[in-house]
Amino acid sequence: MGRNGPLLAALVGIITVAACGGSSGTTTATDVGITANSILLGNTIAQSGLAAAYGTIANAENAYFTYINNTQGGINGRKITFKILDDAYNPANAVTLTKQLVEQDQVFAMFSGLGTQTQTSVRDYLNIKKVPQLFVATGATTFNADFSAHSYTLGWQPPYQGEARIYANDVLANHPNAKIGVLYQNDDYGQDYLKGLTDGLGGKASLIVGKESYDVTAAVPTLAAPLTKLKAKGVDTLFIFATPSFAIGSLAIVSAIGWAPLTYLNSVSNPAAYMKIAASKGAKLDGVISVSYIKDPTDPQWANDEGMKLYKKVIANCTSCKVEDGFNIYGVAVAYTMVDVLTKAGSNMTRKNVMDIAANQLNENNPFLLPGITVKTTSTDHFPIMQEQVIKWGSGAWKLQGSIIDERGTIK
Amino acid sequence: MRFLRQAPPRYWLVLVAIVLFAGLPTVVTSFQTSEWTQVLIFAIVIMGLNILVGYSGQISLGHGALMALGAYTTAILIHRYQISYLATIPIAGLLTGAVGFLLGIPALRLSALYLALATFALAVVTPSLIKRPAELTGGVQGILLVPPDPPQPAQDAFALVTGGPPMTTDQWLYYVTFAIALVMFWLAWNLVRHRPGRAMRAIRDGEVAAAAYGINVSGYKTLAFGISAFYAGIAGSLYGLATGFVSPDTFPLSLSFQLLVGVVIGGLASIPGPLVGGIFTFWLPIMTSQFASSQPWIPSGISSAIIKAGPAVSYGAILILIMIFAPNGVVGLVMQGYARLRERLRGAGDRGTGQMPPEAQTV
Repeated sequence: MGRNGPLLAALVGIITVAACGGSSGTTTATDVGITANSILLGNTIAQSGLAAAYGTIANAENAYFTYINNTQGGINGRKITFKILDDAYNPANAVTLTKQLVEQDQVFAMFSGLGTQTQTSVRDYLNIKKVPQLFVATGATTFNADFSAHSYTLGWQPPYQGEARIYANDVLANHPNAKIGVLYQNDDYGQDYLKGLTDGLGGKASLIVGKESYDVTAAVPTLAAPLTKLKAKGVDTLFIFATPSFAIGSLAIVSAIGWAPLTYLNSVSNPAAYMKIAASKGAKLDGVISVSYIKDPTDPQWANDEGMKLYKKVIANCTSCKVEDGFNIYGVAVAYTMVDVLTKAGSNMTRKNVMDIAANQLNENNPFLLPGITVKTTSTDHFPIMQEQVIKWGSGAWKLQGSIIDERGTIK
Repeated sequence: MRFLRQAPPRYWLVLVAIVLFAGLPTVVTSFQTSEWTQVLIFAIVIMGLNILVGYSGQISLGHGALMALGAYTTAILIHRYQISYLATIPIAGLLTGAVGFLLGIPALRLSALYLALATFALAVVTPSLIKRPAELTGGVQGILLVPPDPPQPAQDAFALVTGGPPMTTDQWLYYVTFAIALVMFWLAWNLVRHRPGRAMRAIRDGEVAAAAYGINVSGYKTLAFGISAFYAGIAGSLYGLATGFVSPDTFPLSLSFQLLVGVVIGGLASIPGPLVGGIFTFWLPIMTSQFASSQPWIPSGISSAIIKAGPAVSYGAILILIMIFAPNGVVGLVMQGYARLRERLRGAGDRGTGQMPPEAQTV
């Protein structure tokens, strides 16, 4: 050992450095669903039935993939194929179709699956099989918050609880003596919002004097009953946590019963197109507050914005997509993030690497989101988007208020 | 030996079908096996619905709700009380059967249209009913069921036969479902061949005449509801196990319609009918949404219209066509075709004898 010691040590040192250097260098690897010139992504979404309005999201995503395939030849020479299947919002169908995509079609990853119940039903299966369940199209907080238990699942959009906390902060700051009433959809969606609001109000949760729920199967005019009840309780600050058709109906009913509370509206229902429909039904909308994180295609302030111009070019690839539909710019925005992740993976196209990049290394300026919002994940924070900006309706349009609010770290 | 020689040809057909279904998992992939598990599950519930609608002449637009009851019974027993999943299946069936029997009592007072409306109301209300006791049912979060591992003897037997990869959960659940389906079909066959079945058919064909014969009309009618619900409960329980997740949205109103259409298409008042109905109920939504868009010869405008409309429109269209052209369903069509074929093969001689044709509807 004595004479050869230093030589041996040098040899070990060289080998160690070479090994370390090799693992961070350019690894070329592929996985299921990746061929020399294609990447296969899978998706289940509601394209028929009660929730069919969401179906256009997948078409918009496909439009962006088509744009990338045509203008850049795909990602590092691989074109994206996006297989979309209709689960009609039914979890049993989602299970069958997801199994089909994974076991029969051999997709590389599941992307932007829609619906809380549907994506919950397949989450365990995908995690056991180690198939990435990326950027699920739902704001249910569990998809971001429970990363440690499901490391192959990731959300994208701001969680509903985060949005509700922003409203709570706004109320505490500007209307500390409000009498709050909440109308919420009686499902995971509405209940998640309600929890966020209650948690955000903290010790002042007693400001909520009335909570009324409705079922998704209810007819819109029946909302008059819960809204009248809230009015009778003396509510002066109304929260509407409802999907578009119910939100529009509620806004119209509030005006019809001669009530003018300060109204907070959840972001899913705030696209200007829906507000205009509500106005045409007699709703008085001035002063309604919401939040936004994504550019609204009907907002004239983005008419000359580069991101909006790109969106309009991309969406032309989808013949059935309406340009002014907020769902479509959502689809293009999340597809942008997906392409970003795949591009960063470079030649190391394994499921593990792509999942790792998406969950820990995202740091992206997305041209379709409001300026100042970053899509970011780190090893301790798996909430890609946690910034939103308050908007207020006036003179027929949404006006951005104040500055971007950052909610990072508030939800454990 | 004499039995073998005298058995009607259709008994051999049944044997062939059983062998085919038993061997299925050995030749198709695990995923395709799981698809056929769902076909068999639908066949079971449609068999129950058939007893109610086809043999007993009542109607139910609420069997999706009964499936939900079976599925949730299983899910809650496994999730909260850690009862073995196999034991929960008969419990779910019996509980749902009891509920169905109780439902049958007020149903006695309702004529067909109002019974349809009442059961329809049950189906509409079910998703909301499930959400209310959120502590018990998991509310909108649903209940996740851990997929059961196949027991070692089954795995060994399967590996012996296929010489391939070990048995997956999907394949094991297929065999559980297949065994249960065999038992349920055999029970139904016995039921309709003996007194209860004859009584129910008599009630269906003429309630007053049946009562005049001394048949306990209300007893058999509620019994039909109870038995039908028992089948739905078993099927619902298996459905929950096969998909691994139960939630309010898993049992929407459309499920009840799908089941009723499945009964009619398979063939009312026939034993093989529900199997055809199950195949149809499972495969139609997949065919309309996936097949249509993947065939290049169908213009894209038509295929996207088909997809958007969803399976509901196809169901309606097919139901109307079947009611007009083949009121006895697919099985009825096949029987008619077979009867005509036999006539031709036997020759002109029999046409003049004036013999009544064999009754087409009992197996």
